[in-house]
Amino acid sequence: MPKDGGIGAPTRRREDYRFLTGRGRYSDDIKTQGECAAIFARSTVAHGTIKSIDTSAAAAMPGVLAIFTGEDFVEVGGNPAGWLINSRDGEPMKEPKRPVLAHGKVRHVGDAYAAVIAETVQQARDAAEMIEIDIEEHDAVVNMKDALAGTTYVHDEIGTNQCFDWGWIEDNRAATDAAIQGAHHVTTLELVNNRLVPNAMETRCSIGHYDTGTGDYTLHTTSQNPHLTRLLLSAFVMGIPENKLTVIAPDVGGGFGSKIYHYGEEALVLAAAKKLGRTVKWTSDRSEAFQTDAHGRDHVTKIELALDEEGNFLAFRTETHANVGAYLSNFSTATPTFLHGTLMAGNYTVPNVYVNVKAVFTNTAPVDAYRGAGRPEATYSLERVIDMAAREIGMDPIELRRKNFIKPDQYPFASAAGLEYDSGNYDALMDQMEKVADKAGFAARRAESESKGLLRGFGVNAYVEACGIAPSNLVGVLGSRVGLYDAATVRVNATGNLSVMVGAHSHGQGHETVFPQVVAEMLGIDPGSIDIVHGDTSKIPFGMGTYGSRSLAVCGSAVVRATEKIIVKATKIAAHMLEADAADVEFKDGTFSVVGTNQSVSFGEVALKAYIPHQFPIEDIEPGLEETAFYDPANFTYPSGAYCCEVEVDPETGKVRVNRMTAVDDFGNVINPMVVTGQVHGGLGQGIGQALMENTTYDSDGQLLSASYMDYAMPRADDLPFYTVDHSQGTACTHNPLGVKGCGEAGAIGSPPTVVNAVIDALQSGGKNVTHIDMPVTPHRVWSAMKNAG
Amino acid sequence: MYAFDIECPTSVADAVTALQAEEAQPLSGGQTLIPTLKQRLAAPSTLVSLTKIPEMQGIEASGGTVRIGGAVTHATVAASVGQAYPALADLASRIGDPAVRNRGTIGGSLANNDPSACYPAAALGSGATIITNTREIAADDYFQGMFVTALEEGEIVTGVSFPVPEKANYQKFIQPASRFPLVAVFVAKYGDGVRVAVTGASNEGVFRWAEAEQALSANFSADAVSGLQVDDSNLIADLHGSADYRAHLIKVMTGRAVTAAA
Repeated sequence: MPKDGGIGAPTRRREDYRFLTGRGRYSDDIKTQGECAAIFARSTVAHGTIKSIDTSAAAAMPGVLAIFTGEDFVEVGGNPAGWLINSRDGEPMKEPKRPVLAHGKVRHVGDAYAAVIAETVQQARDAAEMIEIDIEEHDAVVNMKDALAGTTYVHDEIGTNQCFDWGWIEDNRAATDAAIQGAHHVTTLELVNNRLVPNAMETRCSIGHYDTGTGDYTLHTTSQNPHLTRLLLSAFVMGIPENKLTVIAPDVGGGFGSKIYHYGEEALVLAAAKKLGRTVKWTSDRSEAFQTDAHGRDHVTKIELALDEEGNFLAFRTETHANVGAYLSNFSTATPTFLHGTLMAGNYTVPNVYVNVKAVFTNTAPVDAYRGAGRPEATYSLERVIDMAAREIGMDPIELRRKNFIKPDQYPFASAAGLEYDSGNYDALMDQMEKVADKAGFAARRAESESKGLLRGFGVNAYVEACGIAPSNLVGVLGSRVGLYDAATVRVNATGNLSVMVGAHSHGQGHETVFPQVVAEMLGIDPGSIDIVHGDTSKIPFGMGTYGSRSLAVCGSAVVRATEKIIVKATKIAAHMLEADAADVEFKDGTFSVVGTNQSVSFGEVALKAYIPHQFPIEDIEPGLEETAFYDPANFTYPSGAYCCEVEVDPETGKVRVNRMTAVDDFGNVINPMVVTGQVHGGLGQGIGQALMENTTYDSDGQLLSASYMDYAMPRADDLPFYTVDHSQGTACTHNPLGVKGCGEAGAIGSPPTVVNAVIDALQSGGKNVTHIDMPVTPHRVWSAMKNAG
Repeated sequence: MYAFDIECPTSVADAVTALQAEEAQPLSGGQTLIPTLKQRLAAPSTLVSLTKIPEMQGIEASGGTVRIGGAVTHATVAASVGQAYPALADLASRIGDPAVRNRGTIGGSLANNDPSACYPAAALGSGATIITNTREIAADDYFQGMFVTALEEGEIVTGVSFPVPEKANYQKFIQPASRFPLVAVFVAKYGDGVRVAVTGASNEGVFRWAEAEQALSANFSADAVSGLQVDDSNLIADLHGSADYRAHLIKVMTGRAVTAAA
């Protein structure tokens, strides 16, 4: 048993030393002898037909080595969507090809139509400016409802801007309609879940390398899942055999979803590397990041909540328009459907749920999963309409939620939206929230705010999400084109230390600290003797990546399974060393001992024996001590939480300040509480940013108005309060070996409705009849809402 | 960024000469110009740095006037004029972030005349005199519209002279992304009247709110402006606020500045 540093220890993140001292090694830090640079020529118009591209002047510029256009990739495959969605009528979704470089048309501002490879970045940039493109401009398709009504198509070949029209669960539709029709009270709310730019601190970077001696390709890239990128490049886009392609994602400075996906720039640098026999590097600048990283959210939703006389929920019905942008990014079709509609019963025993989602192509950047991915959209719709209903029927918003909560004795609980929740205790979370947030003291704090001329509001929220994605059998039925297991190899070296190769890439999550805590606990050894290896397809068995708060629940479970195999084999070796029957050998605190005797060998001695197998029963046991496990979860995990916040609103200016923020989460068992707290902090910052500040705006011509930090407001430290974070009320996940649920996205899921609910409460307290304000709740929007309310 | 040459003269005279070169452009703290160059939105052949010129450094406070060299950074102003002109020091201390304040200069800000910059409000609100290599220009004549000033080609802001008011205050309501003023108001009370300068709000750049000045000269209290209406016909409307919102904020910020100054 490790003295400290095992399961439950708030161990400091070991990776922070290199990050905080400037020793991290990111893709752009990699300098290769003889490397050259790629720069992309990108469309400045949102929608147009490419009449011609003249690269002759650019090609004559100093240092230019090659120029690529869409013509060069006509024979190359498209970048596919990872999830097939069928419309309500059974028709499969529309899947227009997403090419490496735009061909025929440009479809959003930033769409790359050519790439210049030159000796230096400066030369490539100079040459890119000399490419002459003749574009016949078309009207931009920007607004989703206009897109469905109009006859200007983003993809002419599909003859519609609708990707799919999905119903969930279609068989529940009639019952849901009937429940709403006959209800005592129906609350209806139309809302916008605002589009977000991910803004990872490190912009994307890809380096292609081709070994002219062996024909092997290597791609260094900013990826949350290098194996997935390899799979897409091999099986769909480039056709490079997987055994000839290594994908390496070194340190990655944040992803938040945007680096899950394969992007055309990755294919381009590989193609260029092969053509030139040179290493080719591209690093995105911040403007490109704004224009081309997959954005998040962008739903327009109408939600209805039907209640009976006592306030029991009878039905939720939603109609959502989900913007997928100009092309289908890899998970863009799963995010608004199975990661969204399936959560639309929330924490509640509501018997009827029906969700309709229309996915719409527009001349904007592709939209895909962003921290929370569909679940924040579901939670926001539910928890806003519940708050509105509470106000309409005159019931306390916490009481209304409690009345409808699933109770602890109801698990496993089959939700009306089709999931089976395994565990939870929502009342306990709410109790703890009220306590640690000092809800009782709110009235006094409100009076104090009012004495300063400010309005103070209290906002509450409950959420449940589905993490640990996902059971491959289940998602396969639902349309996923991949499995969602993960893998780990535990390698015990001869001298007793360990290298653990994990499929889950770490780019801020703390895997390098947390996974060793698990293995150390199981083996009873010092976590400092265990290192994690990740991010390199040539070193690790396989991995489906880091997203959906899945790393610990899925990859961590694979680590557990592999470590269990190590223990089984090591016990056999120990039994041989102790001349005992393996059934009589007990492993505890890093020592193998024969039950009922004082004979024992240490884990280190067994490891050494495995690699120096003298007097070893090679007929029964192989030398070496290394095991691999793939883990495919039996169900999603279901983290849940009760959040509250208090805001102060300046009634003269509309300025909102989040004054207190409390997050009480059920993450199941917690391996490292400090890392969990840090994950929640980050999520809360992003959620508050979405609620109050982040405003991605395209004008009617498809120009991105909020295309830099001058206009896109990211939350800064002084925009945020100190947080109260509590995860004392965990109920263990029932189906994975660690009992963990996942914590990466919770803060971003739970906080936006909490903040907006608090703003509405504040305005109502000041006698302003404002019932809803769309995010971001900027000062201007608050002032306008107050003014319009009279 | 495109390639350019850089000159670092050590006298105003040499700087003026250097600026006569084809497509030469002055560079002071670079907090606007360098990002512009990085985006390839400008392509000067030569940049003439103004930050190595002793004549453009230094701050003098005497006889009811504070005179600040054109190349003095915001951080230096914030640290140096707290006694002589507290409202000006306060304004300087809240421009941008520490990097901006340690590089950006008062002359650069006034020469650029960004419609959302802070210093133009202080200069116009104080009735300052802009000193150049050839002349002195009253603030009322200097600011001529968005990014437009009375400066001639090659003319350099070598200093600014502020008459110190009895009372003054600067109230800034920030645009949440850039943290430039969405609307900010500089109010200064002098023996002969009150001046009110507004930045961030107008398509014409910084301007004086005459009605408020008149009302406040008669009665220096927030009540004096509460009944006034700001004409919003030429105010900025953008992502962050409509014209009528800006008009409203002008009144609110003016009232708060008066209350804070009084």
